[in-house]
Amino acid sequence: MALATFKGGIHPPDKKELSKDKTISPTKPPKRVVIPLVQHIGAPCKLAVGVGQEAKKGEVIGTPEGFVSAPVHSSVSGKVIAIGDFPLATGRMVTSVVIENDGKEEWTSLKDNPDYMKLSPDELKAKVKDAGIVGMGGAAFPTHVKLSPPKEKPVDVVILNGAECEPYLTADYRLMIERPQEVVEGLKILMKILGVNKGFIGIEDNKPDAVEAMKKAASGEPNIEVCALEVKYPQGAEKMLIKAAVGREVPPRGLPMDVGVVVQNIGTAVAVYEAARYGKPLIERVVTVTGEGIKEPKNLIVKIGTLVSDLIEECGGFKSEIAKVISGGPMMGFAMYSLDVPVTKGTSGVLVLPEEDVVHAEGFGPCIRCGRCIDICPMGLMPSMLSVLSEKGFYEETKDYNLFDCFECGSCTYVCPSKRPIVQFIRLAKSLVKP
Amino acid sequence: MAEVKKEHQLIVSVSPHIKSEETTSRIMWSVNASLLPATVMGAYFFGPRAVFTVAISIIAAVLSEYIFQKALKKKVTVTDGSAFLTGLLLGMNLPPSIPIYIPIVGSFVAVVITKQLFGGLGFNVFNPALIGRAFLLISFPRLMTIWKEPTAAFVQLDAKTTATPLGILKEEGVEKLMEVFGDKINLYAQLFVGHRAGSIGETSSIALLIGAAFLFYRGYISWHIPISFLGTAAVMAWIFGAKGALFAGDPIVHLLSGGMLLGAFFMATDYVTCPSVKKGQILFGIGCGFLTMLIRLKGGYPEGVMFAILIMNCFSPLIDRGFKTKVFGAIKQTKEIKR
Repeated sequence: MALATFKGGIHPPDKKELSKDKTISPTKPPKRVVIPLVQHIGAPCKLAVGVGQEAKKGEVIGTPEGFVSAPVHSSVSGKVIAIGDFPLATGRMVTSVVIENDGKEEWTSLKDNPDYMKLSPDELKAKVKDAGIVGMGGAAFPTHVKLSPPKEKPVDVVILNGAECEPYLTADYRLMIERPQEVVEGLKILMKILGVNKGFIGIEDNKPDAVEAMKKAASGEPNIEVCALEVKYPQGAEKMLIKAAVGREVPPRGLPMDVGVVVQNIGTAVAVYEAARYGKPLIERVVTVTGEGIKEPKNLIVKIGTLVSDLIEECGGFKSEIAKVISGGPMMGFAMYSLDVPVTKGTSGVLVLPEEDVVHAEGFGPCIRCGRCIDICPMGLMPSMLSVLSEKGFYEETKDYNLFDCFECGSCTYVCPSKRPIVQFIRLAKSLVKP
Repeated sequence: MAEVKKEHQLIVSVSPHIKSEETTSRIMWSVNASLLPATVMGAYFFGPRAVFTVAISIIAAVLSEYIFQKALKKKVTVTDGSAFLTGLLLGMNLPPSIPIYIPIVGSFVAVVITKQLFGGLGFNVFNPALIGRAFLLISFPRLMTIWKEPTAAFVQLDAKTTATPLGILKEEGVEKLMEVFGDKINLYAQLFVGHRAGSIGETSSIALLIGAAFLFYRGYISWHIPISFLGTAAVMAWIFGAKGALFAGDPIVHLLSGGMLLGAFFMATDYVTCPSVKKGQILFGIGCGFLTMLIRLKGGYPEGVMFAILIMNCFSPLIDRGFKTKVFGAIKQTKEIKR
């Protein structure tokens, strides 16, 4: 059978071998954590603690404001030593709570409830909401919002995104290998909340062992299907994944729920399971620390708020003095200007590229109209035209070429033989015209 | 635990952080390399003079670009291989024995007027080498149509002039062509190897096909333009190729003679001047094939590849507009009401 996929896409070297066989291991307890009050798309949280106050592990330190928001919890037990603006990996300054770890690992409350499947959909959704769960693939959209589709948009399919199409990253892969049962349980809970009886787990075919592990874990579940996807970036983009798994095309500027689908990340499913069963809030996540520039690549369980500098140390440090450190994957991640940036709920990886592997922007050439970007654009756009129009200042005209349908996967910029910063031209145009 | 220095030097830039190894100059130099077999065959059949003509053409093209860019204080881009390619293609499109100033004038027109004055690589409307050749053909019609008889001997002192197969076909008909080449099989074989009169680099079909196969293998060209170009030309040659009867023409003679293969695989596929959208490329190829055969069968020139491609070049931007790609998810959308 041909592997499920979408039209377009690119094949960058996947580099998963650096960290794929590293078992998920815990990090050394951090001395202090810096927990931002915005780790999600949506309204910032309201501060719920003050300096000098003691916080237990799992205690709410930021309460959500508005519907599209998610609470933030302390990931350690200890004392709040500072509250102030600290940078995120993107460079955005965000009010954050600094907590000194007392090392006692005291929980607020954690109850095992093996009968979680007997809870009603609304009770389960409340648990997801209270646990502060957000999309852990990177976008960090509050999960309970995704699980509340409006009545006029009935959802009949849940897809778990195990594509992990960004090169280097192996966090979801390790979860599928090590905790496949929890992934399946998480998916079942998501299906129950949405009242859906069809679940898919989409996994790129460069992870055959993960496909096997998930198939085995889901063998008793007739409603859950594991589908192997062609290895191709951006296979894990929501719209591409939906097209590959169920053959539906989300309309331009639409949402998955427009075609009756909700997509969740593998890590999110595990978090949902832990929230439903133990009432455990999202205070730690799996982070892949990898790249040719780090001494020992690892998959780590990391407390939210742990500084990237601590993770670098945990992994033996840099191989060279100068490096590019990226939060996320190499295609869509953010290069950090400081290592004193906390891991947030959406941090899937920390990638260290040594100086010699960094592609420096030494200027770029003119568009030679080779059409490579047009052939590979997963959204069916004409990136070459967008970049030329934007470069020449014809910003309004970029809308004729569906500017706002670009989700900035970077494939065009990857293939461009003239090394044109196409995505940047597109971002520029997006920032200057109204949709 | 390893000692970690607190102050690292970090490199910051926007995503994506990895890029493919493909570069414009790698593509250009690969296309240059793919033309090597045909050039070598040209040298074999037409002697040192042919090599000299091609070399002068290349040198003139590269120098023109260098001097122009220096004079205008622009970044010198001659190492990207595109001026070299223009010179090479122009040289391959010239008759073997031609005064030395001809390729110099042609290269200047190609590189400076057709490419640089329009904004340089990526901005030219027409294929530079073909404009160069068109200029020469119109300005020096006699010199540009003196064809040398090919010989397998490399050193030839008294080269005879003769007519090209297409010229014979046009002026004297298919019977004369058979008379010259003996029989049909021999005709095809000679055309295939390249043992015929014609421009330096256009005669050897086999060498051109080897070069084209290399470009396909590297993914530098796709089937869309060459196949629609050659397919349309073949069908037209078959239907209208014979005098007095329909469906009696010989498509093989037409495909293997003149600049058909050189044009279809190496010139019509020029990224800058052909449409970028694949569906549009098919229309572009059909247009090229149609116009080529129209000129060959009904026009005043025996050969029409050059003008066909140049005319279709004008339509490339329009074709790209008409065949604008469909955005993902738009398939079932109802049509919007336009303001």
